[in-house]
Amino acid sequence: MLDDFFIRALLAGIGIAIVAGPLGCFVVWRRMAYFGDTMAHSALLGIAMSLALQWSLLVSVFLISALVSMVLVLLQRRGGLSTDSLLGILSHSTLAIGLVALAFMPWVRVDLLGYLFGDILAVTRADLATIWIGAVAVGGVLVFLWRPLLAGTVNAEIAAAEGQSPERARIAFMLVLAFVIAIAMKIVGILLITALLIIPAATARRFATSPEVMALLAGLFGALASTGGLYLSLGTDTPSGPSIVVVALGFFLLALLPLPDLSRRVAVSPAKGETS
Amino acid sequence: MTNAMTGVAAIAAGPLVEMTGVGVFRSGRWLVQGIDLEIRPGEIITLIGPNGSGKTTTAKTAIGIVRPDAGTVARSDDLVVGYVPQKLSVDRSLPMTVSRMMTLTTKASGVDIASALERVGMAHLRKAQVHDLSGGEFQRALLARAMLRRPNLLVLDEPVQGVDFSGEIALYELISELRESEGCAVLLISHDLHVVMAKTDRVVCLNGHVCCAGSPNSVAASPAYRQLFGARAAEALAVYRHQHDHTHLPDGRIAYPENSGHGHDDGHDHAGCGHDHGEPHAHAGETGASPGNKAAHDHA
Repeated sequence: MLDDFFIRALLAGIGIAIVAGPLGCFVVWRRMAYFGDTMAHSALLGIAMSLALQWSLLVSVFLISALVSMVLVLLQRRGGLSTDSLLGILSHSTLAIGLVALAFMPWVRVDLLGYLFGDILAVTRADLATIWIGAVAVGGVLVFLWRPLLAGTVNAEIAAAEGQSPERARIAFMLVLAFVIAIAMKIVGILLITALLIIPAATARRFATSPEVMALLAGLFGALASTGGLYLSLGTDTPSGPSIVVVALGFFLLALLPLPDLSRRVAVSPAKGETS
Repeated sequence: MTNAMTGVAAIAAGPLVEMTGVGVFRSGRWLVQGIDLEIRPGEIITLIGPNGSGKTTTAKTAIGIVRPDAGTVARSDDLVVGYVPQKLSVDRSLPMTVSRMMTLTTKASGVDIASALERVGMAHLRKAQVHDLSGGEFQRALLARAMLRRPNLLVLDEPVQGVDFSGEIALYELISELRESEGCAVLLISHDLHVVMAKTDRVVCLNGHVCCAGSPNSVAASPAYRQLFGARAAEALAVYRHQHDHTHLPDGRIAYPENSGHGHDDGHDHAGCGHDHGEPHAHAGETGASPGNKAAHDHA
């Protein structure tokens, strides 16, 4: 079964989507969309490093993304420039350095489009194993970090005052994000990873009444979008990443239709039980 | 679960937090410096001071949110903090019911959550999204959340912000009730002297440093305090002064006779509603005897 490239791609897409969903919820809640983008863009520098040093692609991309996120943390602490501007600087300069570095290595043939937009043909059995082992690991870390991460998302000071170490959770979250970007790169491509993080989460928001439900729904919507997108890609010979994002957007737009809105249902019963 | 003795037993123990010479340095200046503050079990401490005087910084340093750049902060091993921050808004993208917010940092059973919400009069809103609550409801929910941890130190940073006038009184009543039944220490940050002062054991007046501290009586008398807050604030304290001997009650509890106190201070008699000022404490005599108070009332 795994001999079929398409089955491999489907499984890879689902594996990534079910962790990208919950992770994407935190990206949305913490308003880190641009941050995810920056880390993803820096992946190109990771690719260049991998080619130059003959290192594993996964390790190189993870290291560079993680490095960029830590540089951001340091620059934020230094103050002076807004996070917005810092991200703008890091995002595009790492992308540019990556492209320049690749140009310096004329002997390597790089399928740049494949990296930028994803390539279903490229998913090997080894990739599949990496993705699923990675997904399980990321899922485990998320479950383990859930309370401190969520508490820190709602209010870092409450979390700190009440023993949740939100700063540690935040850094762990960034590393997990870097890792997911490294493993998701092949499927959706560098430029579109953020979409796989954010669009399913945004779709799920509409139907969720608690953070946990939203995280699970985001994983589900992501998996559906990934599957649908890969079929679209197969049928119309379009690049896999954009196809997945287009289908994800379709779900998001569908969710905007005026269905009964569950999340806004305020359970205010007549205040007979009220004491004051 | 509630026990008036808690406070007494706890008072015998060491301090929950002991700050010695604490300073916090940020962006090229000292936010606070040379802060000595001890929080003992069961006592209510009010931090007052003008804007930017370091009240919040001091409280955050006490409970470990902010790391001091000078001095030391020693915290008791069994310290359990319940924190209600000054500002909290939950992003709309994050779905969160009131009852889900209760277990943000602690696990709790459904029964405990229900009873915590019941105590602050929020039981009927447990399934509501926090974004849909009014300011007062949200503060109550935050208070219930902090109390659910069974803290021995409750830290409240301007807890009546965004709450209307009557809600404010109700909220202070509630805080007072909770602290009486739970026996926890309270570190309260406020600029609202009239209401708060009446319930406090110790006042620490900040202005980048501890400008004066001690019983409300001694703070009221302090020239540093009067200089910092001006005559009008001094009036509020003076009004307060004559009725505050309660810190010395042997069982560690405080009866709040602020109704009589605020009765003099027209416009502020709201503060004392519903409290047990029936106990005829020794300061009845002091009320009449203190010329300082009389003067203050005339101004008011």
